[in-house]
Amino acid sequence: MLPLIENDLVLKYHWIDYSVFLNMLALSQVTPGPIAINSATFVGYILKGVPGATVATLGVVLVSLILISIVYRFSQKFKDSKTLKSMLLGMRPLVIGLIFAAFLSLGKITYIDEGSIEVFIIALISGFLILIKNTNPIIVIFLAALLGMFIN
Amino acid sequence: MKEILKIFWIFLKIGSFTLGGGYAMIPLIEKEVVDNAYVTKEEFIDILAISQSLPGPISLNASCYIGYKIKGLLGGIIAMLGIVIPAYLSILIIVIFFTNIKDNLLVKNAFIGINAAVPILIFSSIISLYKSIDKTAVNYIIFFITVVSISVFNVNPVIVIFLCGLFGVLYFRKKV
Repeated sequence: MLPLIENDLVLKYHWIDYSVFLNMLALSQVTPGPIAINSATFVGYILKGVPGATVATLGVVLVSLILISIVYRFSQKFKDSKTLKSMLLGMRPLVIGLIFAAFLSLGKITYIDEGSIEVFIIALISGFLILIKNTNPIIVIFLAALLGMFIN
Repeated sequence: MKEILKIFWIFLKIGSFTLGGGYAMIPLIEKEVVDNAYVTKEEFIDILAISQSLPGPISLNASCYIGYKIKGLLGGIIAMLGIVIPAYLSILIIVIFFTNIKDNLLVKNAFIGINAAVPILIFSSIISLYKSIDKTAVNYIIFFITVVSISVFNVNPVIVIFLCGLFGVLYFRKKV
């Protein structure tokens, strides 16, 4: 989605320039929720204040809502269809592959390009909690933030 | 009404604590939704596959789908609101009141910590999802081709998704 935002908002409509685009990305990283929602709220606000932020956010939400409404009904209607079932079977390992690919690229940036002793310690503690102790991921994120504040 | 509030609360929790991008949301959704028995793990993987093949953020699509499954259109809307409200409000509050928050040292350090944990969280959902698929040669091959084509050859995920779906229809159709 980011190349699309860059292409439309920066290059095509000139609504924001590159420094604002980078600022938007940085802010979207430090705020909760999907980056697409954060970016929409941000750009909408820059262009037209709170109403702009609201409309831009609703735009992203509406696309998901409409598509999921259609697909959900479709998948319920054809839930016994062999074609749908076999398609989803082919896509199960794909989903894990996609998440693994995301893990590789994010892991490379975090642990190799920007790795430090502090990062490794926090990663180890989080890994122990989530993989061995089965701790709720929300608690792990919260603890990781606290550790980041105190170790660095 | 009680169920609607519960859906809202679950997705508000997920939406508030997802930092570091959409994929980091997967283990949170899984924990809340699979553990509460709203969907099975197999259904969860299928929902991720569907969400991934549609435009829009995967986490938002998946939340909407799960909300739909629990309580129809209203459930879908409520689940999305739970995800969207923290994302929307946090950006507004920051751009209106604390433009410099991302340069604050404490916030920076907190995010060093969060970013160190996020790949591990994502890895934990890989392990968890792996447990629920059949350990067949074909599945390993699909997994391997997906990872190599995306991580090594930078193939557009949409193409890989389409091809895997097509392969699934051709290969698994006689078996289901």
